Amino acid sequence: METLAAIALLAFLLALAVAGVSLAAPYRRALEPSLIDQVDALLPQTQCGKCDYSGCRPYAAAVADGRADINQCPPGGEATIRQLARLLGRQGKPLNPAHGREEPPTVAVIDEELCIGCVKCIRACPVDAIIGAAKMMHTVIPEQCTGCELCIAPCPVDCISMETPESDSPDWVWMKPEAVQPLRP
Amino acid sequence: MNRELHDFPGGLHLQTWKHLTDRIVSIQHPLPERIILPLQQHIGIPSRPLVGIGERVLKGQTIARADGYVSIPLHASTSGTVINIGDYPVAHPVERKAPCIVIEPDGRDEWFDMRPIREYASVDPLELQAVIRECGITGLGGAGFPTHVKINEGVDNAVEMLIINGVECEPWITCDDRLIQEKAGYIVAGTRMIRRAVKARQCVIAVEDDMPAAYRELEKHIDDDIELVSVPTRYPAGGEKQLIKVITGKEVPSGGLPIHAGIVMQNVATAAAVYRAVTRGEPVVSRYVTVTGNVQTPRNLQVLLGTPAIDCLKACGFEPESQQRIILGGPMMGMHIQSQDIPVVKTTNCLLVEDDKPRPPAMPCIRCGACADICPVKLQPQELYRHAKTDDLTGSQHYHLFDCIECGCCATVCPSHIPLVRYYRYAKSRIAEEERRRSGADRSRTRFLARQERIQRQSGYGPAAPESAPAEQPQARDEKKAFIREAVERSRARRRRRNDESAGDKDND
Repeated sequence: METLAAIALLAFLLALAVAGVSLAAPYRRALEPSLIDQVDALLPQTQCGKCDYSGCRPYAAAVADGRADINQCPPGGEATIRQLARLLGRQGKPLNPAHGREEPPTVAVIDEELCIGCVKCIRACPVDAIIGAAKMMHTVIPEQCTGCELCIAPCPVDCISMETPESDSPDWVWMKPEAVQPLRP
Repeated sequence: MNRELHDFPGGLHLQTWKHLTDRIVSIQHPLPERIILPLQQHIGIPSRPLVGIGERVLKGQTIARADGYVSIPLHASTSGTVINIGDYPVAHPVERKAPCIVIEPDGRDEWFDMRPIREYASVDPLELQAVIRECGITGLGGAGFPTHVKINEGVDNAVEMLIINGVECEPWITCDDRLIQEKAGYIVAGTRMIRRAVKARQCVIAVEDDMPAAYRELEKHIDDDIELVSVPTRYPAGGEKQLIKVITGKEVPSGGLPIHAGIVMQNVATAAAVYRAVTRGEPVVSRYVTVTGNVQTPRNLQVLLGTPAIDCLKACGFEPESQQRIILGGPMMGMHIQSQDIPVVKTTNCLLVEDDKPRPPAMPCIRCGACADICPVKLQPQELYRHAKTDDLTGSQHYHLFDCIECGCCATVCPSHIPLVRYYRYAKSRIAEEERRRSGADRSRTRFLARQERIQRQSGYGPAAPESAPAEQPQARDEKKAFIREAVERSRARRRRRNDESAGDKDND
């Protein structure tokens, strides 16, 4: 009799635990970011469209769906491919050269003397990093520029160039020591 | 001694080589031909220049002002003329130039008019803090954290203990030892001033037990109000968190500051600088520098800030032709300097000329665990190395990379001679870079989404739907087109003119 009671009690507790976990599941899922968000968080947010999608988030959605490959983001380069591969549990691969090469970051600079104030670049900028108005000179806010190059083509007077940002940024990294010599077999 | 001392984990007994310099009286280094003062000699925001090229400045005159809270002013270290403001090589882990103010001394070393505080005991702690800041005082021990910030933390929080750190635990370096022996009175007086500023309940001056002469000098000046402690010599006993552990037995939590344990710590040289600032209104314009190692006459020099390193080395019999590498700081935590023209700054404590013995090559890690046994922070250096080597930045953070104090004990005992600390520094700087990139990306995402939303809201404007703008009259459109054509023509003409002017130069468009 006592054995039966013990078994019944344990079974009841087990049922309670299972019920609790399954009831909580949807809330837990709601707290977790979606796969699209997780992919989007790894992308450099240049919004350059070099991946053939209209921005970083559409590309993230395509990657999450399996419609796009993970090696289509030149600004993110090897580092982003590695992080995406880890997130999605896939093999890393080299950047697809059809989308461009990995290059050091640049910012757009408007040659203000040549600018005619046509606002075409302002409309093209995906992050509102260019200020100015019609018939007024335009300029780029360098801190906000993602280096997407989308403003270059629309400019009718070719007054925008891509330049390396000023050197007083704290962007430097200690040199990695040379690889340890392998042991001779 | 009545205080019961505690112990910190790990650490090493190193050959100190301090006997080369610790009994030799320091000498005043002569005026150099040129003074190069970097605008950033401290942790935080660089100072902003107040003088122009060609302007005459006096010794102690403020030549750059603080630019933000975690920033301090900069002062001319001698009288002369500002001959340039521009980029010069400075002490930096990667070969780098930084903005500096260059002064050509006039040889008169004429002081600026200074405003001392006669009776510091009656002065408000906040005013002391302001004086400390105006005089450009920053941690002179090595890290260079602006002193007023640390003291301000002490003003806002209850301070149990003020510790003045004279534990110069790195081998070879004796600049604090010599300073104590020669200026113990300044240090003790400065200690009392800092204590007043932070309202500390207890006050301790700590030295190592292999600095008996310094201990005796301090003993002459202290009273019952200050406790003098001699801690056992073991590297890195002078590390901030290690010294707190030894003196109080408290451990500063990971990621925490000493103030969280109710402690403020300052270096002895900082205390002396505070004394000078308060009683004479004198800013930091010079410091003690140990020049030692492979030079003919190793000794301590009192050097004006901005003096090129090569001048100090030559004064101690260094032959510039030699191929020996020079370490800025000590052998454990210092770094090799790329250029011998870099100036002495507020944090320069030692110039060490290495012997030219080749370093044994690094071999693979054999996972012996010797590094883990001596790590004073109780980390697992072999794991940190493994993750840094494979660029696994998240993994290295799981092993608390940022608690590493870069003391170099692990690299010293490594039987495979792996330059472990260089890997940690690499990984730390990579993580910092990654964070900067991440925050930039977050900003761009926010702006991108905001723009998308705005375009939706004002549909009819922007690249999403430019065609849906109200149809223009044909005449107006033609006028507009003509206007744009003219503007384009004008712009082209300007460009042509400019290209003609710079004929011969490379066309950079």
